[in-house]
Amino acid sequence: MDISKETLMLMLRRMWIIRHFEVKVMEVHSAGEFTGAAHPYIGEEAVAVGACAALKPTDYIAGNHRSHGHPLAKGGDMKAAMAELYGRVDGYCKGKGGSMHLADFSIGILGESGIVASSVPVATGAALAAKLQNKDFVSLVFFGDGASNQGACHESMNLAAKWNLPVIFLCENNQYAVTTSYKDSVSVEHISDRAAAYDMPGVLVDGQDAIAMYEATAQAVERGRAGEGPTLIEGLTFRYEEHSLGLGRVRRGEYRTEDEIEDWRKRDPIVIHTQRLIEQGIATAEECEAISEEIKQQVEEATEFARNSKYPEPSELYDDMWADPIPMP
Amino acid sequence: MPQTVFVEAINQALIEEMEHDENVYVMGEDIRRAVYGATADLFDRFGENRVLDTPLSENGFFGAAIGSSLVGMRPVVETLTSFMWVAMDQLISQAAKMRYMFGGQATLPVVFRATMFYGGGSAAHHSDRSYPMFMNMPGLKIIVPSNPADMKGLLKQAIRDNDPCIVFEDGTLFGSRGEVPENLEAIPFGQARTAREGSDVTIVAIAAAVGQAEQAADDLANEGVSVEVIDPRTLVPLDKQAILDSVEKTGRLVVVDPAHKVCSAASEIASIVAEEGFWSLQAPIQKVAADQVHVPYTPALESLMYPSVDKIKTAVRATLE
Repeated sequence: MDISKETLMLMLRRMWIIRHFEVKVMEVHSAGEFTGAAHPYIGEEAVAVGACAALKPTDYIAGNHRSHGHPLAKGGDMKAAMAELYGRVDGYCKGKGGSMHLADFSIGILGESGIVASSVPVATGAALAAKLQNKDFVSLVFFGDGASNQGACHESMNLAAKWNLPVIFLCENNQYAVTTSYKDSVSVEHISDRAAAYDMPGVLVDGQDAIAMYEATAQAVERGRAGEGPTLIEGLTFRYEEHSLGLGRVRRGEYRTEDEIEDWRKRDPIVIHTQRLIEQGIATAEECEAISEEIKQQVEEATEFARNSKYPEPSELYDDMWADPIPMP
Repeated sequence: MPQTVFVEAINQALIEEMEHDENVYVMGEDIRRAVYGATADLFDRFGENRVLDTPLSENGFFGAAIGSSLVGMRPVVETLTSFMWVAMDQLISQAAKMRYMFGGQATLPVVFRATMFYGGGSAAHHSDRSYPMFMNMPGLKIIVPSNPADMKGLLKQAIRDNDPCIVFEDGTLFGSRGEVPENLEAIPFGQARTAREGSDVTIVAIAAAVGQAEQAADDLANEGVSVEVIDPRTLVPLDKQAILDSVEKTGRLVVVDPAHKVCSAASEIASIVAEEGFWSLQAPIQKVAADQVHVPYTPALESLMYPSVDKIKTAVRATLE
């Protein structure tokens, strides 16, 4: 598949955005600058970045609690994302959603869901709208290996396959649902095998390889736009960090070994992509390093922006409940 | 004025709103063949892209309706109250919470038509009157029509409203008749209807209990008791001023609710009057609601648990002691 130099460089840029953003989030979270759960996407960058690079701005995505990577991969604004984590008015959701619920409807990000698999039917519905309105947008939903066992996933896949909906079910198999290996909870060898049950293509992809993710997604998008229905893609990936910040009681040695973590780290998605860009003569090591440095700086600026943004006024507690407002009881 | 059957009023509202806005579509189980009557003729009239038969997969297709509403559609989902339990995640985590949680970015013009079939020997799994549970969750507008005209006008409003609405359709009323004015417009939410004026006791009644309250009021009139019957018509938003004004006039309140008594709509209405209308009261508030047991199958027991005309009359008399 021919991928433009622009797209390849954009993928590197967006992976660095997520990596530096998440490193910063871990730093400021542990410094107590904001509270609550936050689920780092470090190690999984190629999945969302490769997938979103195959989408148009008019296509929709939805995601889950590990929610920072998805919007940033689709071109979301670091400042609005960081300000949301800080609970400030300039955040994506004016401080009402927080880390697990980023959304930017203006660029097709229909929101992340703190309930595992809950956004899968919603994304299926966006694809239903494409069919009913005879429009050519597609909808892509990110969910994890844990979510793949939820009824919502299976119901959505059946519905989408039967109705030929342009939806891409993108399973980010990061190996563990909190501490439970998918090997201990999934009845088939690969989650993508389950596509057969719904008579749709199931594609197993190296989720550390942004280009492989791009190619698999681009094919699924093409199928969707052509009216050929949904696709299930399973990206094999790994989260470097623990399930959630603030989950101090879980020690990684208890459910995954240092060797396993090291093996995955050797296949870092940013390293893999950078090496390929250099090998193919698309960019030099210096140019790639400069992009990383530039983004690191932007993340610092986004963090400063978030720190300086205001908290909502008390009266804003009551805003945003209704599109057609009614009195408070 | 023409007499219209309750279920025909639903059908009329659907047809009119589907003609009014091409983004309105209906989905549900077996609706093309209209097994419950409300969707009769829709498939022939509007075709396969606007009348969707779904798999038995409520969490999936409720969510699909919600998702489609985010991007320009106006779905009307047909279901029974008892099937909502398997779709609670989509109703609560998504429909109710999405707009607020995303800082107002999401607009969800989705309607769930939830029929309450109770009182007919369907036992515990098919007889739910679950609106109080949904009143407890911010983000859902709750509609409880008691007659064909309100059914039609409120459903039209629900379809035009830009927030998630659950219309609780009282199945015991499906075959009832009432006057529905020609060219009836959408009825605004949050406007109670005074079903009957009176001066001694206020009865606030919900859904089919409105008819029972009117019957009780007729009987009590023979005893010289003048009863006012208020039908809130929507529970979210609730026209509390109409209730407080009536209680200010009568000084006595009976609330009648076919739902389970604990944390019911009746509980909420009683609490509002206790908080904000206390000095109008001349007697303790009476609640007449379903007993806190599951719905038994046998008719020997089922009829005992719901509000009845006799229970309402007893409660009214208690406020006059």
